[in-house]
Amino acid sequence: MSKKIKSILATDCGSTTTKAILIEWKDDRYRLTFRGEAPTTVEAPFEDVTKGVLNAVMEVEELSGRTILDGDKIITPDNGSKGVDIYVSTSSAGGGLQMMVAGVVKSMSGESAERAALGAGSIVMDVLASNDGRLPHEKITRIRQLRPDMILLSGGTDGGTTTHVMELAEILAAANPRPRLGQNYKLPVIYAGNNKAQDSIRETLGEISDLDIVDNIRPVLEQENLEPSRDKIHDLFMEHVMAQAPGYKKLMSWTDAPIMPTPGAVGSLIEMIAKKEKISVVGVDIGGATTDIFSVFEEKFNRTVSANLGMSYSICNVLAESGLDNVLRWVPFDIDRSELTNRIGNKMIRPTTVPQSLEELVIEQAIAREALRLSFIQHKAFATSLKGVQSERTISDAFEQSSSGQSLVNMMDLDLLVGSGGVLSHAPRRQQSARMLIDAFMPEGITQLAVDSIFMMPQLGVLANIDKDDLKDDASQAALEVFDNDCLIRLGTCVTPVGKAKPGSKMADVSMTFKDGSTKQIEILEGSLEMLEVPYEEVQVSIKPSRGIDVGAGKGESLESVIFGGVVGLIFDGRNRPITLSTDSSERIESLLNWSNSVDEYPKGDLF
Amino acid sequence: MAHSYTPGLKVLKKTLFRKERILPLKGEVLVKKGDSLSPDTVVASTNLPGNVQMLKVNNILNIEPSDVIDCLVVKEGDDVKKGDMIAETPGIFGMFKSSVESPVDGTIESISEATGRVVVREAPIPVEVDAYVSGSVDEVIEKEGIILKSDAAFIQGIFGIAGEKRGSLELVSKNANEELTAEQINDSMAGKILIGGSFLSLEAYKKAMKCNVAGIVVGGFNYYDLKAVLGYDLGVAITGTEKLPTALIVTEGYGSIPMSDATFNLLKENNGNDASVNGATQIRAGVIRPEIVIPVQGSTMDEDSVSKEPEGIQEGSTVRVIRSPNFGKIGKVTALPSELNKMESETMVRVAEIDIDGVKTLIPRANLEMVELQ
Repeated sequence: MSKKIKSILATDCGSTTTKAILIEWKDDRYRLTFRGEAPTTVEAPFEDVTKGVLNAVMEVEELSGRTILDGDKIITPDNGSKGVDIYVSTSSAGGGLQMMVAGVVKSMSGESAERAALGAGSIVMDVLASNDGRLPHEKITRIRQLRPDMILLSGGTDGGTTTHVMELAEILAAANPRPRLGQNYKLPVIYAGNNKAQDSIRETLGEISDLDIVDNIRPVLEQENLEPSRDKIHDLFMEHVMAQAPGYKKLMSWTDAPIMPTPGAVGSLIEMIAKKEKISVVGVDIGGATTDIFSVFEEKFNRTVSANLGMSYSICNVLAESGLDNVLRWVPFDIDRSELTNRIGNKMIRPTTVPQSLEELVIEQAIAREALRLSFIQHKAFATSLKGVQSERTISDAFEQSSSGQSLVNMMDLDLLVGSGGVLSHAPRRQQSARMLIDAFMPEGITQLAVDSIFMMPQLGVLANIDKDDLKDDASQAALEVFDNDCLIRLGTCVTPVGKAKPGSKMADVSMTFKDGSTKQIEILEGSLEMLEVPYEEVQVSIKPSRGIDVGAGKGESLESVIFGGVVGLIFDGRNRPITLSTDSSERIESLLNWSNSVDEYPKGDLF
Repeated sequence: MAHSYTPGLKVLKKTLFRKERILPLKGEVLVKKGDSLSPDTVVASTNLPGNVQMLKVNNILNIEPSDVIDCLVVKEGDDVKKGDMIAETPGIFGMFKSSVESPVDGTIESISEATGRVVVREAPIPVEVDAYVSGSVDEVIEKEGIILKSDAAFIQGIFGIAGEKRGSLELVSKNANEELTAEQINDSMAGKILIGGSFLSLEAYKKAMKCNVAGIVVGGFNYYDLKAVLGYDLGVAITGTEKLPTALIVTEGYGSIPMSDATFNLLKENNGNDASVNGATQIRAGVIRPEIVIPVQGSTMDEDSVSKEPEGIQEGSTVRVIRSPNFGKIGKVTALPSELNKMESETMVRVAEIDIDGVKTLIPRANLEMVELQ
């Protein structure tokens, strides 16, 4: 099969590291062949992002033996031994895209605007709303302090009242905000509100800002229309924000597709995977300062950023938000509490250190569980159906408490949970990554677990977004094939029956038939955690839950399915939901040690 | 292949200290290149736009927004005083009038027919930037500020709170291993910058604030005591805006940790000299560490001889361990094996072999910090 694209170079310019990957068409499929990395060069003394890009590409050249660069130019197209067919890039350098959004009602247009901005890959610094309880001068002071890269203003349904959204526009005008980067250009403002107010908005904001008007984000209450705003954010990110950052004009001239904000690219890849496989997905990226969560449930994509939940710069905030007791409940040994807080504090002020002792590793992974758990709580609260929508209720609904604005996240429906970020991707044992994901996200029923080993989802995301007619089919095929074959490390599958059960009682019988025809039966007991080593291959399972227990087919209903092993294998989690730990210290430590040992989580020794 | 190292915190006996002193908005620079500066010299000033008051005139007068324009007695650009009338309804036969008065002194900035709101902007807020450290003007940045230069001893801490302070240095702890206690602090230390050893308790810090001590430089402080000082849990290390009488500069980290000899000795040598300190810390991209600047009088240092790039860890380097176990200990690098080593945690890392008090230990290179000596 001949391909228009034979080789692809993709980079992701992160705030500290620029990563380059080379994808090549080999043996009738696209594979990741080489990767390189170098420090990002956005800040002084270099102040030119392309230097870091060239360094990372040079490493790829050295490893692959392929000439890609001619001086500081990328050779295109691929002529067999030299050059690449396309080059794409994402960026989160210089703090990424920082936005402020405004809507009339905080839980309605405010939330829709926030969803659009987050979905486009930005950090939302604040949500202004007419009903957010702040006085006008307080809002003005806040806008001035924050200095966002861009503002998204929404509010009102099409044809409805214009007063409230105009009030917000006037507040913006009075604040006369200045952009974060660059002194000499006007702040980009996107208006995505009531179409009746467009002329007045132009009058109020046209002079002081670089105004763009797009279709209303909530044309009617029952409908959310995020696409036009998201696209416009991407355009402006390129034209304004990136153009101000050092070296980006040059970088933009090299790429074959617009540079995307890193999280925006990841989100769009996850959305594409969920659509193609018809599955529900949760993806998480836990970094030093922030934790990003992406989800697709009921075909609806959501992204949240927990700006101050991370493993180094904001590790103390995890401690502050979760409380020391919640961190310590995951630690199977006694430790001096004040000494522990000092140790965590020292990680915050010296963020690049690594855990040398096993004790330090266990504590770090306990904190990661809490950071992930808190970020997911925030995500569940945000990923909801539209609020403020009236629905007809019949007599059969009268006794149900459901209303608009319910979370879309249903753990029983979750098919794939993907983790990335140092603490998950680089855990010394993959069992540790699996345990952190399970303990924090608490999946129910049957859930496949994976980690993105080197975080290449951003590059694959931008590749999947190439929209040039002659290239887009090959590019999206390459993105999907590399995602399947090289991006994910499949940890295995977690099987979790849920429902009321007595401690130690049987929750389900599981019969498995392996690829070689052999079979195995196990019982899942309440409170237990068991692991079975099975490589990444199909396993036929028949699960028969006990009465009142659900594994996905309904309470007491049997389930036949095909599941996959992985580098960890199959995990049978009888710990029910939510996972509760005994308040008695010795009982808690005994449970923790049993669970760790049954999945071979830590090396045997004094602690385990 | 690039090797990983942590550039250590600077402890420089004599350096050419340069610092930008910039206005938050463009304004006027009041000094010129070469001018000598004392810490209090105002180098630039400007006016920040005043606060804004938004008056919902239509609501107050109970009229339609579009009718507001007819009731106004002011126009855009007019100056108003507090209590001046802004709008008034005609009333009925001149009776039962209702009116809106300006709540502040200011200028009418805008009038909206769409919403019926009138925006009154208060007087501009003057802002001044001082020199912070004595020295001279090295460069003027037009309308923005200056770059100051000063021959000075320069020390970076790891973490601090509260912003810029100045005062003379006063040695309180006798050595780097000694705790600075509350009993050692008294009213005569007001306006001084105290030099401590290994630790400062919460009680001692509170006493220092009560005595109006300008700043304290010390090896360690407890993380959990910060809450009692700040009133909140410090989640991320971004500080500098705390309104505290006493700036705190921690040189080593959280807990009781002896101040490094290099830092302690340099501070001790400068006992009694004037210094400027800044507790502002930002541990994110564009890292800012707290600092102690002690201008050196009458120096004739050659500018070029003092700028020094941080070097990577090499055999023979003096390093400090910055994570448990062995946290805070100082040793000498005896070998830098190139292969990855497995730690007790099973983490595979590049290590350095360190001689700590005669015992050779393998430590991840990421857990080491260069101790820069000049």
